[in-house]
Amino acid sequence: MTYDWPTLLPLIFAGLMGLAILIYVILDGFDLGIGILFAAAQDAEQDTMIAAIGPFWDANETWLVLAVGLLLVAFPLAHGVILTALYIPVFVLLVGLILRGVAFDFRAKVPTERKHRWNRIFFLGSLIASLAQGYMLGVYVLGLDVGFGGMAFGALVALCLAAAYAAMGAAWVIYKTEGDLQKKAVRWLRTALVLTALGMAAVSLATPFASPRIFDKWFVWPSMLYLSPLPILSALLFLWLWRQTFHLPKADDRHSLTPFLTLAAIFALGFAGLAWSFYPFVVPDKLTIWQAASAPESLAVILAGTVVVLPVIIFYSFYAYRVFGGKATDLTYD
Amino acid sequence: MDPLILSRMQFGANISFHILFPTITIALGWVLLFFKLRYNATGDSAWMRAYFTWVKVFALSFAMGVVTGVTMSFQFGTNWPGYMQKVGNIAGPLLAYEILTAFFLEAAFLGIMLFGFRRVSNRIHTLATVLVAGGTTVSAFWIIALNSWMQTPAGFEMRDGVAHAVDWWAIVFNPSMPYRLVHMLLASGLTVSFLIAGLSALRYLKGDRSESMWKALRTGVFTAAILIPIQIFAGDQHGLNTLEHQPQKIAAMEANWNTGPNVPLVLFALPDEAAKENRFEIAIPDGASLVLRHSTDGVVPGLNDYAGNHPPVFPVFWGFRIMVGTGLLMLAVSWSAAFFLKRRHRLPTPLALLMVPMALSGWLATLAGWYTTEIGRQPWLVTGVLKTADAVGPVAGSHVALTLAIYLILYAFLLIAYLGVLVHLALKAAKDGDSSPLPGVMNAALSQPAAGE
Repeated sequence: MTYDWPTLLPLIFAGLMGLAILIYVILDGFDLGIGILFAAAQDAEQDTMIAAIGPFWDANETWLVLAVGLLLVAFPLAHGVILTALYIPVFVLLVGLILRGVAFDFRAKVPTERKHRWNRIFFLGSLIASLAQGYMLGVYVLGLDVGFGGMAFGALVALCLAAAYAAMGAAWVIYKTEGDLQKKAVRWLRTALVLTALGMAAVSLATPFASPRIFDKWFVWPSMLYLSPLPILSALLFLWLWRQTFHLPKADDRHSLTPFLTLAAIFALGFAGLAWSFYPFVVPDKLTIWQAASAPESLAVILAGTVVVLPVIIFYSFYAYRVFGGKATDLTYD
Repeated sequence: MDPLILSRMQFGANISFHILFPTITIALGWVLLFFKLRYNATGDSAWMRAYFTWVKVFALSFAMGVVTGVTMSFQFGTNWPGYMQKVGNIAGPLLAYEILTAFFLEAAFLGIMLFGFRRVSNRIHTLATVLVAGGTTVSAFWIIALNSWMQTPAGFEMRDGVAHAVDWWAIVFNPSMPYRLVHMLLASGLTVSFLIAGLSALRYLKGDRSESMWKALRTGVFTAAILIPIQIFAGDQHGLNTLEHQPQKIAAMEANWNTGPNVPLVLFALPDEAAKENRFEIAIPDGASLVLRHSTDGVVPGLNDYAGNHPPVFPVFWGFRIMVGTGLLMLAVSWSAAFFLKRRHRLPTPLALLMVPMALSGWLATLAGWYTTEIGRQPWLVTGVLKTADAVGPVAGSHVALTLAIYLILYAFLLIAYLGVLVHLALKAAKDGDSSPLPGVMNAALSQPAAGE
């Protein structure tokens, strides 16, 4: 492998796209999770939960636009193949995201007696979008298999990803709230963690057994040794977080952000595993990132802008989170 | 049914529904900034009340624009994979720059603009408003650049059947881009000024004479009265640009079947493409020659020169007439309203009653204009480079039909809810008048329903 631009650019863009997807999954994960948890919350709690994500969700969803945008602009061939294969799930995802997104605003602006309707739509939209994403992940892992097996596995991953998002949502609620709602969120987190762990185990086991190529990447000496920290560390983090749920919330609200960061780390580890499995393919076993990439000149033009803008985006995103730091209380925003 | 026509309908439905909301947010951002700056300068709380009424409309429109925009980014791949395969090297960077320079900017600072009023200094809040308004405009810049490139492609070469960029400056500032951008930005300004004027007229009819109502009403009416003549001029220039670069579109817009001099300006007709003639035609003799060539014997291109390579005549002809007709109505209404506000300091009830439905006139004109220019590009997706029929994906017609039906139901439901909320907000503002608690004092973020809401 020679390291010239036509080789490097697709690699860099695959990395950027992976980063955008990971950030999306972590950030919008807690938004969607809070939407799912809406079903288990009281009216007043729902307002607080919305207050905990209201200023952020829009920017969080933008990472999905960036991820799909990068797939579209950097790997146009793959964008076409993947999205036409996943036509219906993508459609379901979009309907979910539309309902979820508009419900945020409608629930606060419609006459009071209609607010309940939009709360339900917010829950449904979040749930539908999460399930659709999980289903797409499952089908993608099996190499875009849309036979019965693929669909069944997709359904399993859909449930587990929804649970994983609910866990993220609960962790965010633990961070952003206090009192009864915070205690409740700890219990939500514990329940959701079990399903999350199950889902990660299912995806981790299914991926190598669905493709001999991926099997060979994991189960050969000495790769196995280098890769072993991924599953072991994930398992340890799961166990540790599970134990933590029996001690939270702590005095003076110490470690309230820890569950969220731990989950984010678990997501990152799982994502790294997936990335290793599929590299160098962007459409499993069909198109590599080099086969699917745009012309190097066009990628260079995009990269030039990205290098300048991405740090700025990350900087002002942090700023926005800092402005709205601290606990989201009921109706007061001070 | 044919997946091609279904996919076109689906894309048309999605982008029509999407464009409604950016058309509002692009200009409303600047109007909000104007309210804010007036408040900063005068300290008059009525400006801030106007700001906080309209910032809710902005938040809602923005959310609608974002969620429907996400749909657009997927549509390219789900329905039109041939598009990116052929011209991805050009379209890709333009879309990427839109996301990087505009989307994130708007999204990140929107939170501060909406909910940060008590969290950051007034200066930072003003800055956030500037960044959000600027972001929406920059976003429009990139999208119009790409759309105009599809209309009048430049700065590229074909290698192995794929477009490659040669000159980015020529790609971005392609021949029709400056005209289309100005035309669209003005359209956004007019849409917002009529929306503000219309909803303020509704408050006026309900007996609201509060300062914040007057301020919003005047802003809307005067902005509209100033922008509409500029828009008519800009639209004319855009038409002359189209005549130069896409004559077949002009031929369809004028329903002119034969190239020649002394072409009449058709006011009304039912163009019959099979018979290649206009039925029930009402026309001004030599009108089209005069408008397009500035002389009665000017030669106007006719559809006979573009057999098999021109757009369908009926929708382009009528789209154009609806747009122009709405524009002329906007001129009449905004100037009479401006006259009454300036000289009589009141609005006659019939005029106020007319202004309420005119709140949506900007939407109508914008949609009609986009239909004219986009259908006018057919049968090409990218003029001379890629035909629409060659870009459609392999998805089954039944899938496209099913999703199209659900989209349409969803959009109808959302549109009703959206308009319902606009009316609700206007009526609530009319009831509160200047007695509404000042938002700067109100101890609540705008995502929260405040007491009594």
